[in-house]
Amino acid sequence: MKSSLKLISLGVALMLAAACGTGSESAGEDSGSTGGGGSKDVVKAAWVYVGPRNDGGWTTAHDNGRLAVEKTLGDKVETAYVENVPEEPAAATRAIEGFARKGYDIIFTTSFGFMDPTLEVAKKYPDVVFEHCSGFKTADNMSAYFGAMEEAKFLAGMAAGAATKNGQLGVVNAFPIPEVIRLGNAFMLGAQAVNPDATMKVVFTNSWYDPPKEKSAAESLLDANSDVLTQDVDSPATGQVAGAAGAKWVGYNSDASEFAPDAWLTAPVWDWSDYYIERVEAVLDGSWESHNYYGTLADGIVGLAPYGKSVSQETQDMIDAKRQEIVNDEFDVFQGPVYDQSGRVMAKKGEALSLDQLLSMDWFVKGIEGKLPAS
Amino acid sequence: MSATTAALRPRLVKRLLPSRATRLAVRIGAVAAAFVAAALFLLLAGNPIGPVFSALWSGSFGSAYGQAQTILAAIPLVFTSLAVAIAFRMLLWNIGAEGQFYFGAFGAAAVAYAWPEWPGPLLLTAMVLGGMLGGALWALVPGALRAYLGVNEIVPTLLLNYVAILWVDYLVNTAWRDPESLGFPLGVPFSAQATLPQLGDTAVHAGAIIAVIAALVIAVILRKTIWGYKIKVIGENRRAARYAGFSITRNIVGVMLLSGALAGVGGMVEVSGTVHRIQADISPGFGYTGIIVATLARFSPLLILPVALLFGALITGGVELQTIGLPSDIVLMLQGTILFFALAGELLVHYRIEWRRQAQTGSEGEPGAAGRAHPGAMPSGT
Repeated sequence: MKSSLKLISLGVALMLAAACGTGSESAGEDSGSTGGGGSKDVVKAAWVYVGPRNDGGWTTAHDNGRLAVEKTLGDKVETAYVENVPEEPAAATRAIEGFARKGYDIIFTTSFGFMDPTLEVAKKYPDVVFEHCSGFKTADNMSAYFGAMEEAKFLAGMAAGAATKNGQLGVVNAFPIPEVIRLGNAFMLGAQAVNPDATMKVVFTNSWYDPPKEKSAAESLLDANSDVLTQDVDSPATGQVAGAAGAKWVGYNSDASEFAPDAWLTAPVWDWSDYYIERVEAVLDGSWESHNYYGTLADGIVGLAPYGKSVSQETQDMIDAKRQEIVNDEFDVFQGPVYDQSGRVMAKKGEALSLDQLLSMDWFVKGIEGKLPAS
Repeated sequence: MSATTAALRPRLVKRLLPSRATRLAVRIGAVAAAFVAAALFLLLAGNPIGPVFSALWSGSFGSAYGQAQTILAAIPLVFTSLAVAIAFRMLLWNIGAEGQFYFGAFGAAAVAYAWPEWPGPLLLTAMVLGGMLGGALWALVPGALRAYLGVNEIVPTLLLNYVAILWVDYLVNTAWRDPESLGFPLGVPFSAQATLPQLGDTAVHAGAIIAVIAALVIAVILRKTIWGYKIKVIGENRRAARYAGFSITRNIVGVMLLSGALAGVGGMVEVSGTVHRIQADISPGFGYTGIIVATLARFSPLLILPVALLFGALITGGVELQTIGLPSDIVLMLQGTILFFALAGELLVHYRIEWRRQAQTGSEGEPGAAGRAHPGAMPSGT
């Protein structure tokens, strides 16, 4: 016991020496914060990312939003981010609290698994405001925000339905959760709007960002005869596999055409810029309030990336027309009749799925080949 | 001045009984070298050294918040390292602490969900037992295979990790799924009684105490009991142990059970102390990091405590570094550099490098030419 105590103090002393020897000039870097509430001159805004900011997908989309905030608000904002934060609760809490205790005014946490850690930190720091993406819990100082990606997924599905030669699509999915199921269903329905006999195979990776797993999942889908691949995971690995095999690819989250230009059809993408600018401005002028925000195609928070070379003008026009219908509220992605895998009617003709059904969706639409974990 | 073909070549020479002063000097040198190398690396990457080191410090040991976070990060590592260390002492390569950790979390959660209304002390004790049982059962499979059939334990322990993780994954997707989680793989939150209390008004939970107790118990077992003596003898000389009449099979099974139980308590402490429910991502690889911690601590249960703390400091300090704008890649490089030097230091405690002039034709170069008194002279501590 004695020797280990000595070792502890030794380690501490060494680190102290190292810190003092080199760190004296940086002492007192506390920036004068104006305190909670009311308007501010400079807002410190932070983002907590689940993947690397250059993942070419989900996190890249959020980081582009952060950069837009910097560009638009200039010296009225200071931004920072932490990337590659695991959804393991202790690690997530550590990252979020790390910003809260350093006097950041607004903290965006951009993965579902950060929801409870965000709420926990929000309770401890009532003067800091939090924005959690893709969850459902809110508090006085914590918002939830997300968007109707199913609308863009439907449009992208139309591009896939037009591109497939054998009618067999394949999707690399992250988790069997309602969000992912809903988006996969929307994609399938979009493809069937163009090619009524289209089917889609599903593989789950159980991770948002795991390029090697995504790669082997994509390969297994190609082996099973899919000729158009898509994804609900964060990296462009699926596209690289499709590109190498001469198949087609619909990406997700960000424009990632550069990773496989020949395979690229399009991608349903997020554009968080306006939302982030608005929320940081709200902190600046003191008008920030907690809300549960769900943006749409009409708001521009979701959309389609530029089309690839192989997407014909005819297909583009057809998609644009559908897009207009959605924006004008003339078409609902989950407009009946909608059938589940067994052919059961989930929404009758003339009706649409309810919000509740959408948020708790745990079934695949007809045409999707794959099983969900029993529930 | 010697034969024309002679060249200087490095050789590792074992230090015979390195003195306390040597051991200390080498370790201080290693840490100092790690920081110098890290500083050089930061300079090359165009980052300021001062703010980086001061953030590393304030995020780990230099603030009350950092200290609490460091301890929290170290707790699970203590358990998995102890699990690895006790097995490695007997030359059992248990790579399965990760899976045993998950199975311990499973056992503890099963207890927490079965009797959520039991009074706290009783329920928590039952959960510790559930965790030990879960982890021990998971280690029993490869342990028995090794003891009775001679199947090497490395592959079974490793592969069973994936089975355990998928088993927990299955449960949180089905029977234990929280109806409020919108289908995300999260278990139902534990009752208040199933949650480990905080220590005073710190962020640290009572798992810290369990970790210290576990380390002390293992130290006592190894140093003061006949079983501990047998474990060491079997580890160091199996033939002698057999000659002395020790049952190798029974001890293999026993040590694997103990090893698994330790990792299992780690799983219990993590779900009860920090996660407060069972879910899919409860470990970012504690079982594997435990192997590094145990190795650095030279498989000594008491040394594991400070080494795990240093690891916790690297983890929490690393987060702090990102909040001051260092990319996560640089943080990883920094952590890797420090680890590398620490491991190299351990090597140099037991070996020294001699530069010998060796004639390439085969005959020995002249002895005494190479400095061998103090190779790689260590800078004295600051």
